[in-house]
Amino acid sequence: MSGAGALPTGAEAGTARPPVLRERGQREVFCGLTSIVWLHRKVQDAFFLVVGSRTCAHLLQSAAGVMIFAEPRFATAIIEERDLAGLADANEELDRVVGQLVARRPEIRLLFLVGSCPSEVIKLDLARAAARLSRRLLPAVRVLHYSGSGIETTFTQGEDACLAALVPEMPAATDRSLLVVGALAEVVEDQLRRLLTALGIGPLHFLPPRRARDLAPIGPQTRFLLAQPFLGETARALEARGARRIPAPFPLGAEGTTLWLRAAAEAWGIGAARFREVTAMAERRAREGLLRLRDGLAGKRLFFFPDSQLEVPLARFLSRELGMVPLEVGTPYLHREHLAEELALLPAGTPLSEGQHLERQLDRCRAARPDLTVCGLGLANPLEAEGLTTKWSIELVFTPIQGYEQAADLAGLFARPLVRRDRLAV
Amino acid sequence: MRLAVWTYEGPPHIGAMRVATAMQGVHYVLHAPQGDTYADLLFTMIERRGERPPVTYTTFEARDLGGDTAALLRAALHEACERHRPQALLVGASCTAELIQDDPGGLARRMGLPVPVIPLELPAYQRRENWGAAETFYQLVRACAGPPGPRPPRPAGAPPRCNLLGPTALGFRHRDDLQEVRSLLAGLGIAVHVVAPLGATPADLARLPEADFNVVLYPEVAEPAARWLERSFGQPALRVVPIGVGATRDFLAEAGRLAGLAPPAPAADASRLPWYSRSVDSTYLTGKRVFVFGDATHAIAAARVATEELGFELVGLGSYSREFAREVRAAAAQYGVEPLVTDDYLEVEARIAELQPELILGTQMERHIAKRLGIPCTVISAPVHVQDFPARHSPQMGHEGANVLFDSWVHPLMMGLEEHLLAMFREDTEFHDAAPPSHLGHAAAAPAPDLAAWAVEAERELLKIPFFVRGKARRNTERFARERGVATITVETLYDAKAHFAR
Repeated sequence: MSGAGALPTGAEAGTARPPVLRERGQREVFCGLTSIVWLHRKVQDAFFLVVGSRTCAHLLQSAAGVMIFAEPRFATAIIEERDLAGLADANEELDRVVGQLVARRPEIRLLFLVGSCPSEVIKLDLARAAARLSRRLLPAVRVLHYSGSGIETTFTQGEDACLAALVPEMPAATDRSLLVVGALAEVVEDQLRRLLTALGIGPLHFLPPRRARDLAPIGPQTRFLLAQPFLGETARALEARGARRIPAPFPLGAEGTTLWLRAAAEAWGIGAARFREVTAMAERRAREGLLRLRDGLAGKRLFFFPDSQLEVPLARFLSRELGMVPLEVGTPYLHREHLAEELALLPAGTPLSEGQHLERQLDRCRAARPDLTVCGLGLANPLEAEGLTTKWSIELVFTPIQGYEQAADLAGLFARPLVRRDRLAV
Repeated sequence: MRLAVWTYEGPPHIGAMRVATAMQGVHYVLHAPQGDTYADLLFTMIERRGERPPVTYTTFEARDLGGDTAALLRAALHEACERHRPQALLVGASCTAELIQDDPGGLARRMGLPVPVIPLELPAYQRRENWGAAETFYQLVRACAGPPGPRPPRPAGAPPRCNLLGPTALGFRHRDDLQEVRSLLAGLGIAVHVVAPLGATPADLARLPEADFNVVLYPEVAEPAARWLERSFGQPALRVVPIGVGATRDFLAEAGRLAGLAPPAPAADASRLPWYSRSVDSTYLTGKRVFVFGDATHAIAAARVATEELGFELVGLGSYSREFAREVRAAAAQYGVEPLVTDDYLEVEARIAELQPELILGTQMERHIAKRLGIPCTVISAPVHVQDFPARHSPQMGHEGANVLFDSWVHPLMMGLEEHLLAMFREDTEFHDAAPPSHLGHAAAAPAPDLAAWAVEAERELLKIPFFVRGKARRNTERFARERGVATITVETLYDAKAHFAR
């Protein structure tokens, strides 16, 4: 195995697929623990206990501390020197901390033990700990576990790992149903629910649910639609329970939302006329909203640093519906099967990169001098100081962006930095 | 294992980053798993720096653990030297890398790199951020300042000179404190020789022994280095931290003494705090019960200002700086309060709830507590967030610092007349016990007049719109409905209006 600097930089020529640059080196990304920041709000009776170090606690509070001025539904069991001395001790300590937590927060119904880099490296068996604690705390509290460690997960992959841990808990079903997978803003979830219901698709469920006790049933008749592109493990777990995925692009933009809904409609055998009837008005509204922003964005050159795996669908939306030109689309991980429909829609020859060698990618970005660079907060201000306009990428997972009514809002997120640059006279 | 909701300090490698980022010409190679680069945004976002911290992370992943993580580290070291060409290289591990024991420092030294390598041993499971900063600064000073020996004589005719030790990146008001302290010393005719770590190069650290004395501005960071310089070069340290009017006077007297100058004439009105605090509008501040918590330096300084300069009653004093527990206990004994030395947020919360102070002077974390308990609060110490790295000049130290303290500590309290009237008339619907001070501008929301009928579902949908734009969304939708003669507002009307008004 070679070191970071010695790894080859190669371009892969896929069959009828855009070339993918694969790089290894320093990666400027969040670990999966960060996804707790939105998941703890989505599932209202769940608590996330990270088993890790002071670094993990510091990460969560730095990433979430700005926004959260109340006691959040997450915490860290910080591993200390004496826990490292003997592992049996660490298990007893964990039981004690969980006892303390459950006493403090009696309203909690679902407790996630979230693995971190330190807990993975010392091989603390959180699966066994979760089973042991569940036995003790059920029926009041169910205890599950997943890993959000940086060595295994990147940013949104934390949600994937969390949802995959929920799949075995879902009750069995024999009836035909549709499951929409991926945490969505409540307002988006309700809009999509209305549209799918109007199309006559149902019974309809969402994963994750808003409350842990409302976990959707699943079985061989279940078809599922991914609402997010980063759910590889969850999809595999759902398929292992007999459910089948409906391939579709992701519901970003007017076109993405229509194609996403249409994929479900076709699986339910709903005719084109009925489909138009239900979606036409909202789609027209979305397209009109986008039209107003198109002038400011068309022709602008875009550069994506890897972050959330949303990069490919976003590049597709921004290029096709707003006329932007992607110079490089970086993604931390490229799930070719789940992104097949997206990749087919990307402008031919769009350069893709998977993984990261930060310094080389920065070199490419500086050489290209894009009009808009989509990147994390560790890079945004330094690039602004170099005269590049940036859109910080984390906002894209914290904002309602899916569906028709949010299409213009999503475009607005990209228009705003450019508008601001024009507006400021200082 | 310890249950932590909030932590007062990061892990020790964050302290090392604060020192590396503060300096020029120093690079830090940090053996750390993927994801630990979150630390960059502390500097680029919270402190709003326009450049990346000088840190190269190895960002290893699980698949690397099966292979050779040491090779990864070697590659990162080579690349960092090649690309950044630092004058000195810090090499260390984060908490996870500490577990896999690749010995980054030893490995770097054996590689024969073209720059001096300073290995950092920061025990992540025992120590914390400030200790990490202090240890890193101490190791850097030791490595750069040369072998112990007699101090070089001051050039003939040159003014006395001192070093300012302690300011770092991500330090609470370090930028502006530095400017104040420089002007205090300039007023005495003392030259500032080297400021470190903030803005210093390794070459500057080599010049540290030339100064007549060291000013320890932030003991949490600078004390070990100052003690070593004292031992090695016979450089005395000035340990009075000039926060508050009295402490600033003491600082000036001590600086004059160490510089061998005649005692300065006291400038009584250098700060406005004494007059503001004596003026009659401050009378009602007398005996306000205040709880103080922060790093040891700021907490102890705040206790003095609160009691001697603002006339508050100190009801509690605490700090998360275990390294300075003795000093905190001594100060608490002086004011006759129970000391609280802990980094357990829940313990601090319990103590505040028990004491029920009228004002909390604390950190970002005490803001959480204050908000929950409904107590006015001002931040006096790290950890802080972005709002405490202000654009305006806002020192805590020196004369201007005292002005800032007066304004920012009094501001959250209810203003005098309002407080009197509240005690007289308790049944006012607008100004009552539970309402926040009216000068903070929280008006009671007036109910919107019913202009159009909202369908139940539309009303529910409206509630999903973020509160800060909900009012506007409601008005726009109603206007839209009125203009089109829509009798009942449905979800569709709501979104039609949103699309119509979007610009």
